[in-house]
Amino acid sequence: MTTVANSVGQKKGFGATLWDWLTTVDHKKIGILYLIGGGFFFVLGGIEAMLIRLQLLIPNNDFVSAGFFNELITMHGTTMIFLAAMPLLFGFMNAIVPLQIGARDVAFPFINSLGFWMFFFGGLFLNLSWFLDAAPDAGWTSYASLSIASTGHGIDFYAIGLQIAGAGTLMAGINFLVTIINMRAPGMTYMRMPLFTWTTFVASALILFAFPPLTIGIFFLTFDRMFGGNFFDHTMGGNTIIWEHIFWIFGHPEVYILILPAFGIFSEIFSVFSRKRLFGYSAMVFATVLIGFLGFMVWAHHMFTVGLGPTANAIFAVATMAIAVPTGVKIFNWLLTMWGGSIKITTPMLYALGFIPSFVMGGVTGVQQGAAPLDYQLHDSYFIVAHFHYVIVGGVVLAILAATHYWWPKMFGTMLSEKLGKITFWFFFIGFHMTFFLQHFLGLMGMPRRVWTYMDGQGWNLFNLISTIGAILMAIGVIVLIINIIVTTARNERVGNDPWEDGRTLEWAIPSPPPFYNFAQTPLVRGLDTYWIEKQEGHKGYTAAEPVTDIHMPNGSIIPFFMTLGLFIAGFGAMYRVDHSWGLGVLVFGLAFTFLTMAIRSVKDDLGYYVTKDQIRRMERGRD
Amino acid sequence: MAHDIEIIEKTPAEYAYKKRRSDRLMRSQLMMFALMIFMTLISFAAVQAGFSAYFVIPVVLLLAAVQVGLQLYYFMHMSEKGHGLVAFFMYGGILIAFLTVLTFVTIIWW
Repeated sequence: MTTVANSVGQKKGFGATLWDWLTTVDHKKIGILYLIGGGFFFVLGGIEAMLIRLQLLIPNNDFVSAGFFNELITMHGTTMIFLAAMPLLFGFMNAIVPLQIGARDVAFPFINSLGFWMFFFGGLFLNLSWFLDAAPDAGWTSYASLSIASTGHGIDFYAIGLQIAGAGTLMAGINFLVTIINMRAPGMTYMRMPLFTWTTFVASALILFAFPPLTIGIFFLTFDRMFGGNFFDHTMGGNTIIWEHIFWIFGHPEVYILILPAFGIFSEIFSVFSRKRLFGYSAMVFATVLIGFLGFMVWAHHMFTVGLGPTANAIFAVATMAIAVPTGVKIFNWLLTMWGGSIKITTPMLYALGFIPSFVMGGVTGVQQGAAPLDYQLHDSYFIVAHFHYVIVGGVVLAILAATHYWWPKMFGTMLSEKLGKITFWFFFIGFHMTFFLQHFLGLMGMPRRVWTYMDGQGWNLFNLISTIGAILMAIGVIVLIINIIVTTARNERVGNDPWEDGRTLEWAIPSPPPFYNFAQTPLVRGLDTYWIEKQEGHKGYTAAEPVTDIHMPNGSIIPFFMTLGLFIAGFGAMYRVDHSWGLGVLVFGLAFTFLTMAIRSVKDDLGYYVTKDQIRRMERGRD
Repeated sequence: MAHDIEIIEKTPAEYAYKKRRSDRLMRSQLMMFALMIFMTLISFAAVQAGFSAYFVIPVVLLLAAVQVGLQLYYFMHMSEKGHGLVAFFMYGGILIAFLTVLTFVTIIWW
């Protein structure tokens, strides 16, 4: 039986620490793993962005070759969406959602760990393409005719890497759905759930419905490239447009999978730092669900210029514009949350304040592109680049940075420096607008998207120069954040349960970082903003729903790591089978290895372990 | 290891209630089972009788849809309380899939 001793703070050797992290099924540790993994890929994608901007600094530049530039833009997009933004959000969901609903862990801790390792190995697989062959070069959308024609193994890395990472995401999504449906503490009705939990719930539902199309599309691509399939080859009776449909049936909900948790993060921050309950809570919930539904009905607005005809374009244009309504509801609710509130301008609040104008600008250009006739002018120009960076950086990335500052004390028990945090914000925010605002006009002037270089004398030079300087400011902001993290960790000044002093939700009612069992007793939830209610009534901590009882906890397991390793190996086999005879053997070995680990998991009973009442009392006393 | 194991004993009233309830459920399940077999027979008979395909295919599809509903509500207990969210997700998924397919067969490729 595993004892609790290894979970209580004591010095461990390097090997034991490593083993602990490889086998952990604790949602808080997996959250940290997601943050580390996502943070690594965020920096990698950022470096790719810097190379892109350096290439576009001056006209007729030959800093990188045209082929390498294609690889850079493809990997920048793919990395930022699949390997940085989503995992970083998953990091916060993992670390915070179980705490917000008063649960001790997610519903399936083992699958949670499996989901993380599949993301990590998928991302590793994708990025090994830089060293082993050539990186994918057909854009992050990898449109079929181009991606089928691409030589070398680049697109194979894309297909297999995303297949593995995507499966991990699907698992994580299902896990959150089951957790939020089944593991809420007594009294935590749906309409008392904090907004971050709600948006996580809706984003997970979107993952459940949106990722299967991606899986299918990537399987088609894999078969076309590696196993002689002809799904997208029109000369063999296939259809190349079908990839675009499948990709965007996934791809449009995907952007809501990213932005909804960001909305949730900002809803928490506005409410906490305005010291008011969220204005129009039920309207916010309704708007979130509505955005989720509408997200599935607009995919063809990415394909207006494909030639679907005026009927299809008109219907999808109207559906697209409809999304502005629930989003507008949210914006006004945030503004009215601040109205009359006692506002504290902390770093997270600063990000939230910067988010509203930035995201509204991205939304407005989105509606403009939703008008199909105008989109014929804007399509494939830098206007599009400006738009989606305004929503993704101005929405999702600002939310991730805000959440990093907001929940850092809860996750690590130390407070990031507010001074450095504000410096990060101003560098990043000014840099962001400098980089992308002028790109709207570059697009209107006719600069095409994904272009390697441009000629002198078209009036694009100055704006591209300013854009590159902006990108450098954003990079400085991120570097200051990393310095902040290092300094804070080295200083190690511990904080209490509620370091922001205005915490409203349950996670602030327990120590920072929480003990491995989260809640010594399951909490009783008596309304929205549970902890705020307790504080108003002068209580310390939370009201318990049960006496102290033994706590059942899951055992750690190394199986998820090996299960994914098998798929990782099989991926190389599938890819090299095309040129080497040993590839088939490796493919079979990898899959057999994964099935073996699955068999072990099925056959071996693992009933977890109990933390006894005495141990809990001892640990809780030690803290007070 | 000693853990707190809660033992909940049923009162006679509870016991009688549970029994009545499961009797009722059993009866409805048997009835639905008979109904479903009957519908399957109709489908086979319609095919055997050699009616026009334009008649047989819609009828068979309709009966199949009804059977799916019966299966879900009577055998998989969706008619009971606490399945609202499951129903919401199912109908949400069906709606999205239906709209997607409808889009493809009406406005995109025609």
